[in-house]
Amino acid sequence: MLFYYLRLSALSYRRNPVLSTLMVLAVGIGISAYMIVYTLNYTMGGDPIPHKSDQLFHVQLDSGNPNTDTDAPDQLTYLDAMALLRADRGYRETASSKFSSIVEPQNPELRPFTFIGRGVYADFFSMFDVPFQYGRGWDESADADLQQVVVLSRVLNERLFGGANSVGENVSIAGDSWRVIGVLQEWNPVPKFYDVNNGPFDNGEELYIPWPHLVARELPRSGNTNCWKSIGGTGIEAFLNSECVWLQYWVELPDRDSQIEYLQFLDNYVAEQKTFGRFERPMNNALYDVNEWLVKEEVVPDETRILSMLAIMLLAVCLLNTIGLLLAKFLGKSAELGVRQALGAHKGSLFVQHVIEAGFIGLLGGLLGLLLASYGLEGVKLLLGNQLMITDWIQLNVPVVITTMVLAVVATIIAGLYPIWRACTINPALHLKAQ
Amino acid sequence: MTLDTGPILRALLRNKLGAALIALQIAFTMTVIVNAIFIINERNRLMDRPSGMEDENLFYVAMVGFGDDYNEEVILNDDLALLRGTSGIVNASVISSIPVSGGGSSTGARLTPDETTPSTGTAIYRSDEQVLDTLNLELIAGEGFTATDMRLRHEQGPTIANKAIITRALAEDLFATEDVNSVLGQTMYLPGNATVQVVGVVEALQAPWPTSDLVERSTIVPENFLDTFTYIMVRTEPGQLDRMMGEVEELLVANYPDRVIRAVRSMTETRAEVYRVDSALTTILWVVVATLIVINCMGIVGLAVFSINRRRKQIGTRRALGATRFAILRYFLLENFMISAVGVTIGAVLTLTLSIVLTLNFNMPAMAWYYTPVGAAALLLVGQIAALGPSTRATRVTPATATRTV
Repeated sequence: MLFYYLRLSALSYRRNPVLSTLMVLAVGIGISAYMIVYTLNYTMGGDPIPHKSDQLFHVQLDSGNPNTDTDAPDQLTYLDAMALLRADRGYRETASSKFSSIVEPQNPELRPFTFIGRGVYADFFSMFDVPFQYGRGWDESADADLQQVVVLSRVLNERLFGGANSVGENVSIAGDSWRVIGVLQEWNPVPKFYDVNNGPFDNGEELYIPWPHLVARELPRSGNTNCWKSIGGTGIEAFLNSECVWLQYWVELPDRDSQIEYLQFLDNYVAEQKTFGRFERPMNNALYDVNEWLVKEEVVPDETRILSMLAIMLLAVCLLNTIGLLLAKFLGKSAELGVRQALGAHKGSLFVQHVIEAGFIGLLGGLLGLLLASYGLEGVKLLLGNQLMITDWIQLNVPVVITTMVLAVVATIIAGLYPIWRACTINPALHLKAQ
Repeated sequence: MTLDTGPILRALLRNKLGAALIALQIAFTMTVIVNAIFIINERNRLMDRPSGMEDENLFYVAMVGFGDDYNEEVILNDDLALLRGTSGIVNASVISSIPVSGGGSSTGARLTPDETTPSTGTAIYRSDEQVLDTLNLELIAGEGFTATDMRLRHEQGPTIANKAIITRALAEDLFATEDVNSVLGQTMYLPGNATVQVVGVVEALQAPWPTSDLVERSTIVPENFLDTFTYIMVRTEPGQLDRMMGEVEELLVANYPDRVIRAVRSMTETRAEVYRVDSALTTILWVVVATLIVINCMGIVGLAVFSINRRRKQIGTRRALGATRFAILRYFLLENFMISAVGVTIGAVLTLTLSIVLTLNFNMPAMAWYYTPVGAAALLLVGQIAALGPSTRATRVTPATATRTV
């Protein structure tokens, strides 16, 4: 029976090719607009580390300006980050920040070049499940003893060593020799949740070194630095002791108890600091898990959210259009329906037939939409340019495709319900008479 | 001549759904189109704001020196002398960050040394005594820096310069005056007990962050911070930009090899890059607008054809009773106009609602009043054009149709 109805749908399409094509076009355009926007949201607003995003917490301490600030700073001061690390509550935790310096390749044919690196603590790699191609991260002694070890990104290893296993090799960084201890696989979490203050859709850093080197060697900071209070003097010491925030701090808290315990610890720490005259604002410390943090920092750009609203309205216009056209089409074959009813067709079976016909249009529209969306996403990539890393991951994926195909069919059937009902409730006698 | 509004209205009420669908479609289309065009105009306005510099002839070189014997002070002076002496180059200046590039530093300026009082945010550029000429800024009061104003700093910390050139916007916001001459000689207090005296005011120089609310507020101080990371801004003779951008790296590396030239980029490229998302958005929105107009017309045509076909016999009857072709055309165009009028009325309400939602959620200014009526008029016109085809076909129904079949 299903095949019979499908054949009827195809026949009906051929009988009214213009009207039917208009419907398929309308559904296709609406669906593709929705699919493009859904893909953008799906990737930009997605969970970058789904299996443990509820266990990783961004630490926020309110060390802000008591006179003007309305919210706690996004990052931590050096003083506070170091104090939290020293307290060592027994959880995995890491402070981290970006820096920039020069690599001098051993290969004399390569010119020295600048890179963006990140200073992290040993736990960084295990907390964020960073995937290694060769070797591994360092252990805590490397942080404590300022060992000159480095973890390279896949891309930098490609550039320096042609992609070979370079563990144990030496690299000249910032005028000194460093031993490669690990090489990452391709690792670009989207959004870059562990540092959303410095371009949440930027590429990952090119290399990682133990964070304490950043201070010991005064490596140039390259991330966002915010100071509400003037620095009391010149030089690195004055900067480190200032109220400038420039570090991201993450801690892994596996369960509710540990979260409560850690927040209590933060409050105690700040209460103690208040007695030294710091933290002049009311107590306002917070732990944000990965998804909460992405929402708090408004990582999904306004543009995507505006487009989402417009895409939904565009889809609505397309569906209204489809309802109108289906109405025209179904009422246009009243005579045929009259004949079928007179020959004994049940109202129920007419209903099923038209649901299938509407679904058929929806399916064709969905397929067209898929095609249009893939071109549309190519267009978006083109517009955003090659420099933006964003372009590497904008592509259709299976869940998006399935969701939208289902949406196309269901939406068309729902849009068709009224026309179908009208078509099924005609008076056969009236139409037979007119023949 | 009487208009057929009465009969049309009664006919429409007999086919409420078809008309309602078209009206709703028009309403939604109008909502999206009007708001989209407002967003496009708004973004274009942001992208068209002048930087205050002679963008088309400017490019910058970003470089970083390495090696123990890298004496930045000497090398930088050599570089600048070399560039300034090269034919095709008008002038060159060292600058701490690039305007409109997305990266730089800002500070809070005050009229008192008391750091607990509110401050006025400003971008801060460290540059040299040639900066006005290199960027070709328009000086509207006071004077530029001289070579003796220059200060060199080796450690991070507050500025050690004691003069400043500021933009008109900063002068107005900080000193609360329209009279730019009155701010000359006044003292600005910067964090860390730094004080600078305003010696000049320029018409405009944008901050590095185009979306920031301090975008028009900038301060230039005659100071150079030697930390091996250097930007040099170069202004070329008109038409020489591409040639100089191609030659500059070789020129500088020949002058001193132990450094990395990180980037050579024109201001035009820099602007395009910083506004890339905005320009992508405007393009996408134009596509949305065009698509919606097409879909809307498709819907109007589709339903008009359908409703005309259903009424062929009535049309024939009217023709047989003496109605002219023009009367038939007028009937269907008027019918479309009435449906569209309902559509744009609902559309106006929806448009304003969406506009309010966007303003509340996305840091966008309120839409000017004329967008809604202009959008409504445009959609009424589009509706008439779309209905013209089917309506013309309706006029070709012959009076004889009335007599065919029962």
